[in-house]
Amino acid sequence: MKKAKSISRAKYGYLFILPFFVTYFIFSLIPLLDTIRYSFYEYYRSGLRIVGPSFVGFDNYINVMGKDFFTYMGNTFILWIIGFVPQIVIALLLASWFVDVRLKIRCEQFFKVVIYLPNLIMASAFAMLFFTLFSTSGPVNNILTGLGLVKGPIDFMGTPVGTRLLIALMNFLMWFGNTTIMLMAAIMGISPDIFEAASIDGCTPRQSFFHITLPLIRPILTYTLITSLIGGLQMFDVPQILTNGQGNPNRTSYTLIMWLNNLLRAPDYGRAGALSVYLFIVSGILCLVVYKMVNGQDNDAKAEKKAAKKRMKAAKGGKN
Amino acid sequence: MASKNVSGIARSFIAHLVLIILAFMCLFFFYILIINSTCSHADLQKGFSALPKDYFGKNFNAVANDGTFPMMKGIGNSIIVSSLCAAICTYFSALTAYGLYVYDFKLKKVAFTFIMIILVMPTQVTALGFLRLITNMGLYDTLIPLILPSIASPAVFYFMYSYLQSNLQLSLVEAARIDGCSEMRIFNKIIFPIMKPAVAVQAIFTFVGSWNNYFVPALVLQSKEKATVPILIATLRGADYMNFDMGKVYMMITVAIVPIIIAYLFLSKFIIAGVALGGVKE
Repeated sequence: MKKAKSISRAKYGYLFILPFFVTYFIFSLIPLLDTIRYSFYEYYRSGLRIVGPSFVGFDNYINVMGKDFFTYMGNTFILWIIGFVPQIVIALLLASWFVDVRLKIRCEQFFKVVIYLPNLIMASAFAMLFFTLFSTSGPVNNILTGLGLVKGPIDFMGTPVGTRLLIALMNFLMWFGNTTIMLMAAIMGISPDIFEAASIDGCTPRQSFFHITLPLIRPILTYTLITSLIGGLQMFDVPQILTNGQGNPNRTSYTLIMWLNNLLRAPDYGRAGALSVYLFIVSGILCLVVYKMVNGQDNDAKAEKKAAKKRMKAAKGGKN
Repeated sequence: MASKNVSGIARSFIAHLVLIILAFMCLFFFYILIINSTCSHADLQKGFSALPKDYFGKNFNAVANDGTFPMMKGIGNSIIVSSLCAAICTYFSALTAYGLYVYDFKLKKVAFTFIMIILVMPTQVTALGFLRLITNMGLYDTLIPLILPSIASPAVFYFMYSYLQSNLQLSLVEAARIDGCSEMRIFNKIIFPIMKPAVAVQAIFTFVGSWNNYFVPALVLQSKEKATVPILIATLRGADYMNFDMGKVYMMITVAIVPIIIAYLFLSKFIIAGVALGGVKE
């Protein structure tokens, strides 16, 4: 009787997870298979003429993996790294300051609210804002010349370095608050006893940061790095809007996803497919790394829970 | 001892200084934006002024009545898409999390592992197939492809699942069953209300994410009628905008950004707690 009932409930499990899997199947898995299929076809528009679809084997893969691919991958990586390095350094610094009781940070909540703010801003509007603010006749140049700091207006978006730095600055502003709060939560998870003991032993704040905080939050630092890398790989909105999809000057801020976007619009489905498959492989590897990390931590939590349950049971048994 | 005190004060001073500089950087650009949105084109040509002018209303009307960039229609579309996304994403993620947490069935482990593997998979890699699918389904240039796929959001699912793990006592479900409550009713009337805090946090993040989304709408939307706010911003960037009324340009960016900032100021405590919660991966 009891067994029959538990079997009948299994169907609710399937029923409840069904919408998720049906949706994922339709809107992600079928598109993924279709993407892979098209990567083996020649299928593009040239003028008003549609070429293909005709099967070409691995031609698209070879064609995509040309000089452009490495240039755009390099661009994406540079744009990501010059935003990420200051982001993680500042976030670590701020997180350790916020949790340090001896520093007595005033208006802590205010600072937290302000530094997280840019994360919620529409990236495309933010990029448009930067474009107007940093244009040669824009307010930033006005202020700089007004203060006498520069002689003539600076053409920020006329040089590769200027454009890249602007993109990195936006990415930094949008993400350092988020990372700070996540790292803070991780540091607060460390037992205060450890810091107290170290402080009694004469440990300086610098020492306790490098020898206690850093090693203990390494898992979440790695997690931040990997998720940020995945985010960097998808970089699109900011450079697309700032440079109007051109990646100018001279394609130095043209990212992989901007390329994908242009191939999809051309349309050149064959090459877009091959590029997608490359991106899928890289993201797949990163996904597995994240899975390993999150799952490892989940198993620990489960083991802990089981032990707690056992203890509870033992205690209950003792009472009875 | 005295030197230790001095170094403590110095450290505290540096910490506050850095925080003030960073806070300044975060607010400065929005400050210029809001000031400039109150200026007329002529004011802006004269150079930057630190104080607001009185052109805000006129700029706002100019933006609201502009047929080339239907900003109000765009905001309407964005609100429809983002609200529906937030609603169905949180409901179905909670349902999926509950289904996987409470029931035992053969494919449970497989299903869970699958979701965890796709946890951070970028949507861009399937964009080509997605675009073709949407076109074949006759959904090109509609808002539906922006809304429906959010039923399957692995990250939101994982947040809900962790929440259930630490907050749901299975005895509650048992008690409801003994009282003769159906399984669907248990979820809708008991579990979902319990999950309210998690649902609220994720609803906010999903809403914002969808409000700011640019890649997918740029792919599937074409007509001006259907455009969401980011699409209009991109159109603005692509237009020959140097001939435009700059006051109006700033006002368009303002209406795209400021609603979220205002909402954030009311919900900030809640949102920051939510970020910290999602980040505890230790």
